[in-house]
Amino acid sequence: MTDKSKVRIFDIVNSTENEILENWLKLQISSTALRMDLLSERELRQQSAEFLSLFKEATSTGNWDINDSGWSRVLEFLDSISRSRAIRGFTPTETATFIFSLKQSLFTTLQKTSKNGTADLIQDLCDITLLIDSLGLFTTEVYLKSKEEIIVRQQTEMIELSTPVVQLWNGILALPLIGTLDSARTQVVMESLLSRIVETGSNIAIIDITGVPTVDTLVAQHLLKTVAAARLMGADCVISGIRPQIAQTIVHLGVDLSEVTTKATMADAFKHALNLTGAIVKKKQ
Amino acid sequence: MTILKNDMRYIRNSDDIVLIRQVVREWALMIQFSLVDQTKIVTASSELARNAVEYGGGGVLYLQIVSDGIRKGLKLIFEDKGPGIADIGLALKDGYTTGEGMGLGLGGARRLVNEFNIESSVGQGTKITIIRWK
Ligand SMILES: Nc1ncnc2c1ncn2[C@@H]1O[C@H](COP(=O)(O)OP(=O)(O)OP(=O)(O)O)[C@@H](O)[C@H]1O
Ligand SMILES: [Mg+2]
Repeated sequence: MTDKSKVRIFDIVNSTENEILENWLKLQISSTALRMDLLSERELRQQSAEFLSLFKEATSTGNWDINDSGWSRVLEFLDSISRSRAIRGFTPTETATFIFSLKQSLFTTLQKTSKNGTADLIQDLCDITLLIDSLGLFTTEVYLKSKEEIIVRQQTEMIELSTPVVQLWNGILALPLIGTLDSARTQVVMESLLSRIVETGSNIAIIDITGVPTVDTLVAQHLLKTVAAARLMGADCVISGIRPQIAQTIVHLGVDLSEVTTKATMADAFKHALNLTGAIVKKKQ
Repeated sequence: MTILKNDMRYIRNSDDIVLIRQVVREWALMIQFSLVDQTKIVTASSELARNAVEYGGGGVLYLQIVSDGIRKGLKLIFEDKGPGIADIGLALKDGYTTGEGMGLGLGGARRLVNEFNIESSVGQGTKITIIRWK
């Protein structure tokens, strides 16, 4: 990248900022990759104008490495745009179009205003391409990162959401488990069950596994540990919702559940629990 | 034995184990396994995939739908380049574990499928092949 071309490009951006902006907007709006349902034209104009002025400022420093401090405001701005697009449901292409369509607008202006020879023009196009591409990659990276953040947040929410310990009756708690029981989740489940046992002074806990798709040795081990810990707190556990195919698999695995009370359904487990507490369910006369 | 369809998946961490269970269930459904058969092969896969992550330092699963003329089956090969198993007979014994598990995974997986084969050499890695026929 030559200093001469940097100066040339800055001069052009500086003197034809408005033209570049209008062209760029037209390209973005006509591009099928723009989600007009998710972004108003006014907002787009505002974003583009602000970006262009920051871009101009950064190019004026003569340092074209976007990792340099002169580019930090540009990157910050791009960061916020990419993030908001990721959250609104734009695809990566739709998000990156913001930057890449600027390239086209710059090319057109450069071509028109270039007074020097072809060699200079090629040099300028080359430099612009390198610069815009690195900004485009940055956009995509931010996009991916914020998608990942969304996933992590959802996972955390899921872990908390899917472990509701409910009180069914005085002294009877129920924990309906749903989904995959990896170690992290089981830890949370176990802790919340144990603390609810203490809080409510319950002596029976029903763990329902109707919603657990696979019971392998790890899940079985987690269940057995939970039962053992609850027992230490003075509560008996009943495991319910063991579907026939799961029962068969558990037997083949060689997991011994003989020490644990098991019931086919949550209703059976509840009846059993009521019985233990001395309560009777009767039809009204 | 002819291979009707094949594919592979990486097994690197516990998130991958969840994906392995899902893909094995999908493939079991493709050849219309009963709910019991699906559950058996998925559970066996969960065990072998976890062993590959926990002891083998990660590995690969090769999935194959095979046919031997009259019947179709799901053949799964779990391969890792980990430390290998010195005494296969001991590893298969119920209750034997060098980790913190119950020591039931390997033996349990063997009981959940129709064909089970381990090749392992110390320092080279482990390759476990299972087949469940329909
Ligand atoms: N892929 C492997 N590479 C090296 N060693 C293995 C491998 N798979 C199993 N082993 C060894 O065999 C032992 C028994 O395995 P198995 O799956 O039966 O029990 P576990 O994994 O220890 O506990 P569980 O599976 O019940 O949670 C393991 O503890 C480990 O020492
Ligand atoms: Mg195991």
